[in-house]
Amino acid sequence: MFGPLIVKPAKSKGSKTGSWRVKLRPEFLKKNCIGCKLCISVCPEACIQGKDKETIKINYEYCKGCGLCSVICPKSDILMLEEESKGDKK
Amino acid sequence: MDNKILFKPGHTACAGCAQSLAARLVIEAAGSNTIIANNTGCLEVFSTKFPDSAWNVPWIHSLFENCAAVASGIEAALIYLGKKDATNVIAQAGDGGTADIGLQALSGMLERGHDILYICYDNEAYMNTGVQRSGLTPFYTNTTTSPISARFPGNLRPKKPMPEIANAHGIPYVATASAGFPQDIQRKVKKALSIKGPKYMQIHVPCPLGWRHESGQTLAVAKLAVETGLYPLIEYENGKLSGARKFAQLKPVEEYLKAQGRFKHLLGDPESIKQIQAIADNNILKYNLKAEAQKSD
Ligand SMILES: Cc1ncc(C[n+]2csc(CCOP(=O)(O)OP(=O)(O)O)c2C)c(N)n1
Ligand code: SF4
Ligand code: SF4
Ligand SMILES: [Mg+2]
Repeated sequence: MFGPLIVKPAKSKGSKTGSWRVKLRPEFLKKNCIGCKLCISVCPEACIQGKDKETIKINYEYCKGCGLCSVICPKSDILMLEEESKGDKK
Repeated sequence: MDNKILFKPGHTACAGCAQSLAARLVIEAAGSNTIIANNTGCLEVFSTKFPDSAWNVPWIHSLFENCAAVASGIEAALIYLGKKDATNVIAQAGDGGTADIGLQALSGMLERGHDILYICYDNEAYMNTGVQRSGLTPFYTNTTTSPISARFPGNLRPKKPMPEIANAHGIPYVATASAGFPQDIQRKVKKALSIKGPKYMQIHVPCPLGWRHESGQTLAVAKLAVETGLYPLIEYENGKLSGARKFAQLKPVEEYLKAQGRFKHLLGDPESIKQIQAIADNNILKYNLKAEAQKSD
């Protein structure tokens, strides 16, 4: 009756856009974080989750490395590091 | 706010795309009892790559020109079913889809009085098809259809005054917002949805690809547009200007222009910059963007 329908969007996994990161990836230092969640609010990929210093986590499967979380962090607690600087590409 | 994720990762917007950020902020503010009709454009393309969808709310892709008409039908059906009061309807499109090809459908939606929030994601050109100028492309922008030449420094027309055009329909709420002010976007979406009738919101969303700036600069560029007076954040309620974000000190437009490749050709050209400064100065006057200096003594 209709064209393509996506009946269960919640189940769709999307593209693994983490593979788009070519140079830099964000790394949480977890030192000065005050849990303001600004990084969560500006991530265009909605791939940061958590409540505070201990629980905030980036899903590297989707993070495109745009750097907005790092720019907005008022405590400079998110660094953009060379992709290969800490072991393999996540 | 819902705990459910309403706009999911895995969409294919460029890194640092402000339209993808603003779209998520809008649906998170609107909540899960929302139906969206979406014109063609980057947002539609990157958020619904079949068989996937980033949207965890009912969402329909209209044609390029008619999301306002499709949303009007959805609203009418909800009224018939007695479900309108519990459901938000959002129509959304890019600047080309809004100010050019979709203007007729939008005007009809505003004039007929549908209870719909219309959102224009203004990245100031037709990005999805390769950066062609639209009615919302700013003065002297370098785009693929307003290239710079010996005679012309880019796009020769100022931005179409869409907020005022919407306001002229006599609708209850019109607002502009910017990706550089995320909380302000969400406040305005919530306010708009608390008002019955047609609402128009236009959100300034930098596009790293078309504006030619680094992806990490998206928020800074968006902020500069507001802080120079080139993209005033204003609200109209029932036809009257009811709010404007004011600044004690507005920045010179050059700071905004030099942050982007699409204006690079203007940098050695004080005469052109003066003309763009005049647009900002006019906005500052018209919307009263200058905050009164606080007396410190
Ligand atoms: C009737 C029609 N004409 C042209 C197109 C091709 N087209 C698809 S998206 C697009 C540009 C959209 O620009 P805008 O509305 O500003 O959204 P953006 O991609 O910039 O977010 C165009 C021209 C189309 N899909 N339908
Ligand atoms: S770098 Fe960009 S995509 Fe990655 S977590 Fe930060 S804001 Fe999100
Ligand atoms: S071209 Fe521009 S608007 Fe389109 S997805 Fe990329 S950054 Fe976003
Ligand atoms: Mg556009």
